[in-house]
Amino acid sequence: MKLTKLLAGVAIGLGLATAGMAQDKPKIGFIYVGPVNDGGWSQHHHEAAMAMKEHFGDAVEVVERENVPEGADAERAITDMALKGADLIFTTSFGFMDPTINVAKKFPKVKFEHATGYKTADNVGVYSARFYEGRAVTGFLAGKMTKTNKIGYIGSFPIPEVIRGINSTFIHAKKANPDVELSVVWVNTWFDPAKEADATQALIDQGVDVVLAHTDSTAPLAVLEKSGGYGFGQAADMAEFGPKPRLSSIIDEWAPYYIARTQAVIDGTWASDNTWDGIAAGMVGIGEISSEVPAEIKAEAEALKASIESGEYHPFTGPLNKQDGSTWLAEGEVADDGTLAGMNFYVEGVKGDIPQ
Amino acid sequence: MDISSINPVLLIASLMVAATPILLAAIGELVVEKAGVLNLGVEGMMITGAIAGFAAAVETGSPFVGFVAAAAGGAALSMLFVLLTQFALANHVASGLALTLFGLGLSALIGQSYGGVKPPPIGKLDLGPLSDLPVIGPILFSQDLVVYLGIALVAAVWALLKFTRAGLVLRAVGESHDAAHALGYKVVRIRILAILFGGACAGLGGAYISLVRVPQWTDGMTAGVGWIALALVVFASWRPWRVLLGAYLFGGITVLQLNLQAAGVAIPVEYLAMSPYIITIVVLVILSADKNKAPASLGRIFHASQ
Repeated sequence: MKLTKLLAGVAIGLGLATAGMAQDKPKIGFIYVGPVNDGGWSQHHHEAAMAMKEHFGDAVEVVERENVPEGADAERAITDMALKGADLIFTTSFGFMDPTINVAKKFPKVKFEHATGYKTADNVGVYSARFYEGRAVTGFLAGKMTKTNKIGYIGSFPIPEVIRGINSTFIHAKKANPDVELSVVWVNTWFDPAKEADATQALIDQGVDVVLAHTDSTAPLAVLEKSGGYGFGQAADMAEFGPKPRLSSIIDEWAPYYIARTQAVIDGTWASDNTWDGIAAGMVGIGEISSEVPAEIKAEAEALKASIESGEYHPFTGPLNKQDGSTWLAEGEVADDGTLAGMNFYVEGVKGDIPQ
Repeated sequence: MDISSINPVLLIASLMVAATPILLAAIGELVVEKAGVLNLGVEGMMITGAIAGFAAAVETGSPFVGFVAAAAGGAALSMLFVLLTQFALANHVASGLALTLFGLGLSALIGQSYGGVKPPPIGKLDLGPLSDLPVIGPILFSQDLVVYLGIALVAAVWALLKFTRAGLVLRAVGESHDAAHALGYKVVRIRILAILFGGACAGLGGAYISLVRVPQWTDGMTAGVGWIALALVVFASWRPWRVLLGAYLFGGITVLQLNLQAAGVAIPVEYLAMSPYIITIVVLVILSADKNKAPASLGRIFHASQ
């Protein structure tokens, strides 16, 4: 009897001790919408998480969950991670926004960071990158490099981030080439390689020769390589597709942010924030411009990048009209962040309607 | 809006490519279900075939070896289903679902080192002057061989089920395994062969996605095609030519709606996106109004002692 009591006591003691230790070491969680080897968006978040883990070594514990569908199931996955003792959870897809807010209400002591959303709470911060700055550079290159004057854009979901990307691409393609036309194809998914491939093929069949993808896999580049035409790396550099079809890329640099926010949790200084950084802060990178691009065009694209980086030029600078012809920005006027964050209209010249 | 920019020849040529994975998986599953087995593991077998074929093609540099390996991989995974349902007499539905989950995990494991790798290109059929014919050249005479294989398989399965003794026996096993058993047919052996055929077809369909349609490997890249193939078999009321029609209809409207979007046709995208599912279901439901029933023993467990 005594022995069993003793053992039970020791067991409880050990349990408390390990629980105590676990509390000392912050547990950082990551939720991904796709697999961590998608070659794009989710993989890049995963690599940033691993860079953060390496930075802190044994001081933090990292837990990850991949292939989490957007919607109700996400709430279950986030709740599960919070229940298992995560101190800070990064939810890395737009569609995790409402699930994150809902779970955050139930776990006031757990901190959440939602990527690309706009809803915050005391324990929910949001972070995103100004991808539209990168889109300005890739759009400019697309306008310069198209021979058929037709470029295509594969849209995932009609959310402000994608609309900004379409507008920024079109504005700068048009600057590079006044005759350019932009076709938008919506695939209603972030990750479905076969569908992304079909959409790319459909655009090529219609005479498009430069395709800009706003989805997560490398399938569009694989198809462009097979069928001819140019494309860009999205979220990751995708350098393995260079120098043709990949002309350049928009690279997301999340690692510094993850390190900073984890440090804040360790220091106890974490507070809800709304971070939206671009090329200047290093959150958006432009990949090496391929040797397929003539030197003078490359120089122009790099100058465009430099002017955005220095703050001298904003990709949404007037005069700009909305699609219906009404004035949006007057000469020299620059778009404010509020309008950009909720952007739900095309600029003049983009064809088609935004799905509601 | 400019529909004239859609080239019907290119459209038909690319719809045949888009339809082939569904077609291959569905014709395999049709044979399985005709033998009275309900294998819900199509998605798992497809993705296993996709990575097995991809890995073999990359290692050997030959797409042909890749497709053979894909068929072998799909069939090997279906052996697991055979063990569970034909020997351990487990429930078909549960075993099939388990097979899908297992296949998705297994393929992700095997595929870890194949991310970002390019497979060897697959040659297209080149019949010289025939391939250069206007209109029918690009549609009929310059596809890759697997597209023809898909159509040939449909014809072969149709002929086998309709005209041969083997087909009659297969259908007998599917309709009433007890009666077939009483007549001295080897129910379990016939079902095992049907399941292996289904696995091989699903594997080929998966490899067609990873080697031809997308050419690359990514986790979960079949993205639900297996489930569509399963549904197609039911809506085609277990008839081979209707499976072909359904697959081409589905693939065709999927490609057409993307082309309509690219051409800027003023139909809301939501309607375009749902159109492949709705039109395929409506057409096949209308066709199946002639009261074609499922094989009577579908999904029932057989043991010789009962």
